[in-house]
Amino acid sequence: MTRLDLTGAIDRALEVAMGRDERIVIIGEDVPMMRAALFARFGPDRVRGTPISEAAFLGAGVGASLGGLRPVVEIMFVDFLPVALHAVINEAAMVDTLSGGRWTAPMVVRAACGGGYGDGGQHQQARWGMLSSIPGLTVVVPSNPRDAAGLTLSALEHDGPVVLLEHKLLSSFWLDMVAGWKRPGVEIDVPVDGMWGELDEEITAVPLGEAAVRRSGPDLLVVSLAVGVHRALQAAEILEAEGIGTTVLDLRTVSPLDGDRLSEAAIGKRGVLVVDEDYGPFGLSAEIAAVLAERRVAIPYARVTASGVIPYAPRLERLHMPEVGRIVEGARRVLGADGGRPEPAHRADM
Amino acid sequence: MNLADLYLQMARMRRFEEALGELWGNGLISGEMHLGIGEEAIAAGVVAHLGDGDAMALDYRPTPALVGRGLDLRSLLLEMLGSEDGLCRGHGGHMHLLSRSDLAFSTGIVGSSAPMAAGLALSAERLRPGSIAVAFFGDGAANQGMVLETLNLAVVWNLPVVFICKDNGWAVTTRSSRLTGGTLVGRARAFGMPAVAANGKDVRSVWKASGAAIERARRGGGPTFLLLNCSRPRGHFEDDPLVRVVRHPRELLEMLPGLVAKARQQEGGPWARMRSMGAMTRTLLRMAIDQMVIRWDPLPRAARRLPADIANGLAERARAEVTSAVQAALAEVGT
Repeated sequence: MTRLDLTGAIDRALEVAMGRDERIVIIGEDVPMMRAALFARFGPDRVRGTPISEAAFLGAGVGASLGGLRPVVEIMFVDFLPVALHAVINEAAMVDTLSGGRWTAPMVVRAACGGGYGDGGQHQQARWGMLSSIPGLTVVVPSNPRDAAGLTLSALEHDGPVVLLEHKLLSSFWLDMVAGWKRPGVEIDVPVDGMWGELDEEITAVPLGEAAVRRSGPDLLVVSLAVGVHRALQAAEILEAEGIGTTVLDLRTVSPLDGDRLSEAAIGKRGVLVVDEDYGPFGLSAEIAAVLAERRVAIPYARVTASGVIPYAPRLERLHMPEVGRIVEGARRVLGADGGRPEPAHRADM
Repeated sequence: MNLADLYLQMARMRRFEEALGELWGNGLISGEMHLGIGEEAIAAGVVAHLGDGDAMALDYRPTPALVGRGLDLRSLLLEMLGSEDGLCRGHGGHMHLLSRSDLAFSTGIVGSSAPMAAGLALSAERLRPGSIAVAFFGDGAANQGMVLETLNLAVVWNLPVVFICKDNGWAVTTRSSRLTGGTLVGRARAFGMPAVAANGKDVRSVWKASGAAIERARRGGGPTFLLLNCSRPRGHFEDDPLVRVVRHPRELLEMLPGLVAKARQQEGGPWARMRSMGAMTRTLLRMAIDQMVIRWDPLPRAARRLPADIANGLAERARAEVTSAVQAALAEVGT
């Protein structure tokens, strides 16, 4: 057993897989430093540093996968992916269909995502909703190191493009790099159970597209992912004291969404609450409502999301993130007499 | 050229950056902090030529140029302290300092200041004839597709824009020389624009080169690319792990056994092992050299050319101004 943070767990899974499969190469900015252990073990031909040229090296990653390699392309932050999105949208995700199913782009796009450490609007987005709206793309967002390692193995074996997002609040590595989280006076609400985990010597693959129930209760279903799962589990304790029993479903994979487990968990509950750090409208939270409606699961619905561009100031940022208080309020709202009423506007000053 | 004015601006910038570093270190500023220490001669030399109606597109080290452009220091500080009285009402933070009235826009996305400046220049040409736009970005950004595409667009549209490439030799943790084909001056010339390399540690040299380029843009002569060298003594951002390792060799010693163990397992054999260990060693050595080089600082270089009492007086004036702005801002947020 080794104790690792979420980033360390992904790196560990990569190391195991790279040891077995020569086709796996890592491509990205600063990877010789950021993945120093892999760089030391596998050398500069398989851990390839790039210029700051996302459109070039992500596009090249797609080409490399079409040519037979299994690239893991690192886009440092998911916020930088828009610089290179053409290669994802029009190529990696489409090649399966465009070739009539005769060619695929087996690759992993790895990026850090998520906020809560005061880095402002262009460095803290979730973006899994927008990415999941791209047909042909698989999007995974683990909530703990064990899942992260298991999902990484599955992503590397998948026959198409997978986006693997690691939430910075679950990564001691990233909080060291970009948040200075050990400075005096800095308070970052880190979900410790999500950041650190024990990994077995042999990593167990976690199948893509399978959600997991983290807690069971009869009254309310909370659907979430990544940091939101830990916030939801905390909220569930508070709700328990009020006599509300909560089930927490951790999606793990956003696309394809695990509709079976979702509807199964929703049936019989008095309400469903989506806790999503991504933007509200036209995203994951709406998709969950659609999937439930399509499956004829009639249930009051509410959502707690980041409602707009993430503000910089910690005080404003906290109002924007799906924090425990907002989740508890959301639960009361969806289970109350006026269930389904949208969350009141909570942006501080606009 | 008024060297005393330029030196005063540089001193204001330096004191301001140092104050930001301190506030960040004390946990009063959140997230990342990319300081522009080492870039003062470039910011001061360029900004001295700007006036009403001119625009600046900045990267994630925007504060020296904004300080030089005369923005209210208190308002900048309050923004980074997260106050609603800050420049962007606490919504922006240090990477996203936006001022409509100054036509100044900073961004956290590497390279995107180039196309932004091109658009600001287009609006200047149509709406504010004689005004220009300046793009500030680093040598690492010069490999971004959008930067190269913008160089071409600026030439074919003959835009009144000046591209200021601050060449500190690094792209985050990687030496730019290992990532850059050809030369940056050669690239810009290949698009058909004049490209000049000048000493970015000497404010007089920056002032002269950027003055000529800006004057040319104002007259309708089109874009110019300036390559200005500088240093990055604090690393990519505050608490940069490479700087930390170089300054505290114990951290390196703690990491080393793990890396050596991985290298011993290396599948690629001894040659690959030598290459990866060699690359890591080179990066660290280069960072150590950057830390030790004493001639990185543009401030003493400018001060030496002024009478000592005048230079000291200006430095003291800058220090007093920044100190009082910091105290006012801290008092306002109640710290």
